Amino acid sequence: MTKNLTHLQRLEAEAIHIFREVAATFSNPVMLYSIGKDSSVMLHLAMKAFYPAKPPFPFLHVDSTFKFKEMIAFRDSEAERLGFGLLVHSNQEGIDQGINPFDHGSNTHTHIMKTVALRQALDKYGFDAAFGGARRDEEKSRAKERIFSFRNAQHSWDPKNQRPEMWKIYNTRVAKGESIRVFPISNWTELDVWQYIMQEDIPIVPLYFAAKRPVVERDGMLVMRDDERMKLMPGEVLQDRMVRFRTLGCYPLTGAVESDAATLPEIVSEMLVSRTSERQGRMIDKDEAGSMEKKKREGYF
Amino acid sequence: MSKAQAEVNSIQTTAAEEISAYMAEQEKKSLLRFLTCGSVDDGKSTLIGRLLYDTKLIFEDQLAALTNDSRKHGTNGEDIDFALLVDGLEAEREQGITIDVAYRFFSTPKRKFIVADTPGHEQYTRNMATGASTADLAIVLVDARQGILRQTRRHSFIASLLGIRNIVLAVNKIDLVDYSKEVFDRIVADYQEFASRLGFNTIQAIPLSARFGDNVIGPSANLAWYKGPALLQHLEEVPLDGANSERPFRFPVQFVNRPNLDFRGFAGTIASGTVAPGDEVVVAKSGKSSRVKRIVDWDGDLERAGEGQAVTIVLEDEVEVSRGNMLVSPDARPEVADQFAAHLVWFAEHALIPGRSYILRTETDQVTATVTDLKYRIDINSFAEVAAKSLDLNEVGVCNISTQEPIAFDSYKSNRSTGSFILIDRLTNATVGAGMIDFALRRASNVHWQALDVDKASRAAQKDQKPAVLWFTGLSGSGKSTVANLVEKRLSSIGKHTYILDGDNVRHGLNRDLGFTEEDRVENIRRVGEVAKLMVDAGLIVLVSFISPFITERRMVRELLADGEFLEVFVDTPFEECARRDPKGLYAKALRGDIKNFTGVDSPYEPPENPELHLRTVGRTAEELASEVEKLLIENGIIFNYDQSSWSI
Repeated sequence: MTKNLTHLQRLEAEAIHIFREVAATFSNPVMLYSIGKDSSVMLHLAMKAFYPAKPPFPFLHVDSTFKFKEMIAFRDSEAERLGFGLLVHSNQEGIDQGINPFDHGSNTHTHIMKTVALRQALDKYGFDAAFGGARRDEEKSRAKERIFSFRNAQHSWDPKNQRPEMWKIYNTRVAKGESIRVFPISNWTELDVWQYIMQEDIPIVPLYFAAKRPVVERDGMLVMRDDERMKLMPGEVLQDRMVRFRTLGCYPLTGAVESDAATLPEIVSEMLVSRTSERQGRMIDKDEAGSMEKKKREGYF
Repeated sequence: MSKAQAEVNSIQTTAAEEISAYMAEQEKKSLLRFLTCGSVDDGKSTLIGRLLYDTKLIFEDQLAALTNDSRKHGTNGEDIDFALLVDGLEAEREQGITIDVAYRFFSTPKRKFIVADTPGHEQYTRNMATGASTADLAIVLVDARQGILRQTRRHSFIASLLGIRNIVLAVNKIDLVDYSKEVFDRIVADYQEFASRLGFNTIQAIPLSARFGDNVIGPSANLAWYKGPALLQHLEEVPLDGANSERPFRFPVQFVNRPNLDFRGFAGTIASGTVAPGDEVVVAKSGKSSRVKRIVDWDGDLERAGEGQAVTIVLEDEVEVSRGNMLVSPDARPEVADQFAAHLVWFAEHALIPGRSYILRTETDQVTATVTDLKYRIDINSFAEVAAKSLDLNEVGVCNISTQEPIAFDSYKSNRSTGSFILIDRLTNATVGAGMIDFALRRASNVHWQALDVDKASRAAQKDQKPAVLWFTGLSGSGKSTVANLVEKRLSSIGKHTYILDGDNVRHGLNRDLGFTEEDRVENIRRVGEVAKLMVDAGLIVLVSFISPFITERRMVRELLADGEFLEVFVDTPFEECARRDPKGLYAKALRGDIKNFTGVDSPYEPPENPELHLRTVGRTAEELASEVEKLLIENGIIFNYDQSSWSI
């Protein structure tokens, strides 16, 4: 325990330690880069952990082909700015079958274009460790997950049989085909993430800031129509409204919130008085009870 | 209105530009990591749910889901069941129990908190230990109706073992005993009686009702007789042990950062003390010394760094340092030894067995290790020291550990980071135990190997052979000894120097004191392995004919020897065939139950995964099999310059 380190300094040191531990003990690690604010923080931490060297692993984006256009543009500009190795993978079979969230529903779309796509990419490159930006404060089953979370050769998680995780001693041993998901910012809260973004001046996708955007109300969510693939249903009206996003994912599955918060301090201020959790805007968590845990057992991040 | 609510409301009226000031305030908050523990149904999860709810950290959508879940799985009728907030796994909600540790986060105007909610069931003790290993304080819950239970004692003991010095004794469900002061006082007296031996600095006892919120975030009218702090007040005010910059500098090297020939930095997290450019540091294992040239950081070099910081250090000189080593202060060095005494908590279904080899991992180092001596087990109830041959799941013991190479460490009491380790099973890679080092055993440095002028190579050259161990493994009656005898005869006939170690013969003498339990089988193989190693050192070709049923022990012997010296021969005869041959009549007895722990009957045989030679015996003569072994010896250069066809016996 350190009285001279602030709360954020402690969290930062813990995350950097975890990044280095993986680089030192795995033969083929990868960072899953999902372009959201947590990924931005992870990227920043990875740059710090290995400075003056670059992170000694590639960054993988699993592209469901339904991400916001601004996300893709941001991803490419960050890769260029920081010079990290970027891999992009999409499930080609899913694309060929025309899988989309409108016709097939969020469950099927997420399963095929995210879960299966991720498994394909991990198998293709043979990664033995994959960093993710999940936080324990996000969701009930994530609160239970270890920082080094073991996956069997089928990429599935056995929540009832997790390895004990004592002190800062991480068991990084895996057999052939098995892998470990690593969550360096497990102990960060949403507020910590925003505070760190402000403190370190970390670039994030502009969608987090309020602006006039074309949205429709659908299933109780404000959905932004990011391209022509989204057809309007009878009775639906496209409106330009001041909205922003608290989390980012596939645009048809990510609800916007009405907001005037156009700067970081305004976002933090809005968050402090918010009465809903950030995952509320995510359709995939709500499909059924325990749905996140189920997706994780199947290999979703 | 709660403090947190007041905080939130005040934010609402704050202009956005003042947020930065608010953020700066947040920065100054200290962090307290604590865990909740205690027996099943004492209300741990309910208490955390209540803390989150009362500090307004439950969001509306979570509350809606909770109300839904409470109707479906809840145990409180129509009321909200707060436990469902933290029991995040489906299996947990269905069974109404906590299986694994859950981490929760909340803050008040004074502090930030990370809470580990740990399971009460004995079978999940390892998950409780996981939560305790990073905590500064433990809330031990007791059901006022039940008083101190077995798990109360167990969890208090483990918390103490893992170095937690501050305890809150939360006497919960006080509403169900009519808020009785007598009940509370009796429980507190009971607790203090046994906890006095556990070395806690503070024990704050608080009567409360997690379900109704009495004494959780504020005082309760129902408990007017209680004059102490409410739980949250105590958590906000309990003093934390800050970093002590007086402690000696310890820097376990995690990663060598070498992007190019001009830069070589050692990355790691400072375990204790502080460091600045110009400071002299010593490499713990080699004793080589150098000075700190730079402390490199993304935002520019640092003038000083201290405990808890993750930094990259560049030294003045090119000294040999790799992961697992430590940079330390020259005048207060850690122990460097290959034998030490430690407390051990066992996590695996499969018992700890002295003599078996495990992987030992410290924060950055990794070596092969064996428990050489299990001194005693600690009875969780009476804290008595009990003699034991093995440690079962969730048991705690004190033992001596021997590592293949020396490691650098401190005692756990003086440093939680450099005094701890875990043990990993070599086959499954499961984390099977956690250890806290007590002290180094001096034997390692006192028993120096006698440096001899006549060495293994010269002894082998004199005999014109390359020494090796031929390790025959297989079921009883599979033909190991028959084949080994034939091979030895042939080797002897061409002038080779050999010796056979046979399971039965060794058990008549050297291993007379050993039986057939798993522990004794492990020790049996360890001794034979060491004897074989000495014989190889003497230049002999050693033929070992032992059932040796466990992969782990065979691997241990392989690692005792140099590369290429251990040749594993799997004598593969099906169980039915061995039982049919039954040369010693043992299978008949074992199948009748007259012999216990008989391999293949009621004790397992683990076949080799990659033996140097796999001998399938069915339908082959002993001579044919012996010839295959000879071929193996020729291929491996153990015997040379001989024409196999000319051999005849």
